[in-house]
Amino acid sequence: MSIHDLEKHFQDRIDAEIKIEPLDWMPDAYRKTNIRQISQHAHSEIVGMLPEGNWISRAPSLKRKAILLAKVQDEAGHGLYLYSACETLGITREETINDLHTGRAKYSSIFNYPTLSWADMGAIGWLVDGAAIMNQVMLTRTSYGPYARAMVRICKEESFHQRQGFESLLVLSKGSDAQRAMCQDAINRWWWPALMMFGPRDSESTNSDQSMKWKIKRKTNDELRQQFVDMCVEQVKLLGMTLPDPDLKWNAERNHYDFGTIDWNEFWQVVKGNGPCNRERLEARKKAWEEGTWVREAAAAHAAKKQKRAASNAA
Amino acid sequence: MNTYIRRFFYGDIPGQETGGSPSPQGPKNDWPLWEVFIRSKQGLDHKHVGSLHAADAQMAIENARDVYTRRQEGVSIWVVKSQDIHASRPEEAGEFYDPAADKIYRHPTFYDLPDEVNHM
Repeated sequence: MSIHDLEKHFQDRIDAEIKIEPLDWMPDAYRKTNIRQISQHAHSEIVGMLPEGNWISRAPSLKRKAILLAKVQDEAGHGLYLYSACETLGITREETINDLHTGRAKYSSIFNYPTLSWADMGAIGWLVDGAAIMNQVMLTRTSYGPYARAMVRICKEESFHQRQGFESLLVLSKGSDAQRAMCQDAINRWWWPALMMFGPRDSESTNSDQSMKWKIKRKTNDELRQQFVDMCVEQVKLLGMTLPDPDLKWNAERNHYDFGTIDWNEFWQVVKGNGPCNRERLEARKKAWEEGTWVREAAAAHAAKKQKRAASNAA
Repeated sequence: MNTYIRRFFYGDIPGQETGGSPSPQGPKNDWPLWEVFIRSKQGLDHKHVGSLHAADAQMAIENARDVYTRRQEGVSIWVVKSQDIHASRPEEAGEFYDPAADKIYRHPTFYDLPDEVNHM
């Protein structure tokens, strides 16, 4: 088959909603796009443990501590599901991790913001995980089989993350004046960065068109962002709090909420590495990797020794 | 346009560089990749759930427990080195499965029976 025929056959299968599996022929660019997107998604899960890790030892109760620990553990698991999906495309685990450490691969910019108060744990669960879920629910139907399957598993677990966050804010919202103020402050700080999580506007997103055609993505950044805004405007009422946007207004004509302009300058600054915590996050990851070197080497040596012993026993 | 015609086997790690930057430590420290199969409850088959890295089989099983059964998703785990999995080739699927394509008489619905025949 010529390249042209292979590409047509590939697109026909995508159009017919047939999933692409690791052994199937795929265009180089499809492979690369998936490697980029899945590895960035994996890195986001792993780096995403850091802002919350900050509060594990300072959680206000044993119950909240156990919940936070379980959530952070899930995120490690989600990172691993995704790294393994990514490896089916022919990149090694070490290569993906090295791409993160050298800054070649990105992770979600949201994790470059600091977690200043306990209420941030609730706001992250509600807004950050909430925004991630919009994207992830869409990705359960993505065209690459291993990615879609990893997403199904992740979505099942992610719902607890969002619910515990909202519940935690709900408790604060019924607390003392200081607790209510802390709750509102966390919402104020996380709202805009959460909206930025959906990425650039459709008119400026470089990956969207081809990704839609290949059904890697099925909704555009702006569609998902709008869906998220509409949902949160209703939910924030239950908290008796407000969203920090004076331009939020129901638009009966569009059947959606209008909202204010995102500070795209801030968005690009954080993407480019100039956010409040970019350097700290990357250094924490590199440190963990370097300090784990002896563990990886020792385990490999131990496995080799056991294998050798088993072989000589058998002989 | 650049195109891949090379085959990648499921879970197999190809030798050539395919997009990532080579690790400064070299690939020698990479633990092997294992495919994980989980029996969700007694009486059901083990089902493929994903893969992970581990130094040996015991570590692979323990890691699989932590990664794939945090919510009691399994009662039994199998792990097998990814390099030991052999797979049929998708590009040969047409001819490979062709012998079964024209044997509709293998299905019960092929046979027309009177309505009075029950339990068959």
